Amino acid sequence: MQMVCTVATRYEVNNLKLHYDVSGDDFTRAGEASGAIKATLKRLGFPADVIRRVAIAMYEGEINMVIHADGGVADVEIEPDLIVITLTDRGPGIPDVEKAMQEGFSTAPETVRNLGFGAGMGLPNIKRYTDTLTIDTEIGKGTCIRMTIAVPA
Amino acid sequence: MTIADVQKILKAEVVCGNNLTAEVHNACGSDMMSDVLAFVKDQSVLLSGLVNTQVVRTAEMMDMLCVVFVRGKEPTAEMIELAEEFGIVLMKTPLRMFTACGLLYANGLHGGDKI
Repeated sequence: MQMVCTVATRYEVNNLKLHYDVSGDDFTRAGEASGAIKATLKRLGFPADVIRRVAIAMYEGEINMVIHADGGVADVEIEPDLIVITLTDRGPGIPDVEKAMQEGFSTAPETVRNLGFGAGMGLPNIKRYTDTLTIDTEIGKGTCIRMTIAVPA
Repeated sequence: MTIADVQKILKAEVVCGNNLTAEVHNACGSDMMSDVLAFVKDQSVLLSGLVNTQVVRTAEMMDMLCVVFVRGKEPTAEMIELAEEFGIVLMKTPLRMFTACGLLYANGLHGGDKI
């Protein structure tokens, strides 16, 4: 995990970029990057509801990368008025994005469900908490999810 | 009610954390973490029968103050360490999920949804 820098207040933020490697082989550590972003946004003084939306959306994405794609990378850009999260993996890709966006649709194995995830809520939850969501996916190559959350003035 | 009230009502044992005087108004009971993450309603208490670190992480993402493990489930050392880092109270009750939720509801803790 690599943190580039932090600053004192949200008003001093000027295109702060953070990069994290998300390990695919340790489910217990899934969520560390989201937790770190949450802590950073708190330190910077962002509004609580924005922090929670960012944390949940990124956490769901991080969990997805771990359970479906053997990990990946997370890049987060923090501006005073916008948070951009990009999650990139080299997993199997999503065969039917429209279906994957439906609540309750899941391709996760029983083992993942036993861990409390894979109920077909991951992508719908991400959509619920973000202002924009773009999914670029290619079978056999991987998936790139870009989400943005606007910060109210 | 306070977290101490939750403990008393559920005859629960505190595993870690000392923020027992904190006020809580809403709760959520689930073994599916994505269901918990789907409904942000300022729930302060999570009841679950699932035992892994993601339960604690989910509670932290939702700014929850307390996690109650039902049916006497024991949180692992790793979960306790994480909860202490986040300042989350962990407790365990011998009661089953339905009974635990019902007792808290009957004593004034709600789910945050409109009925």
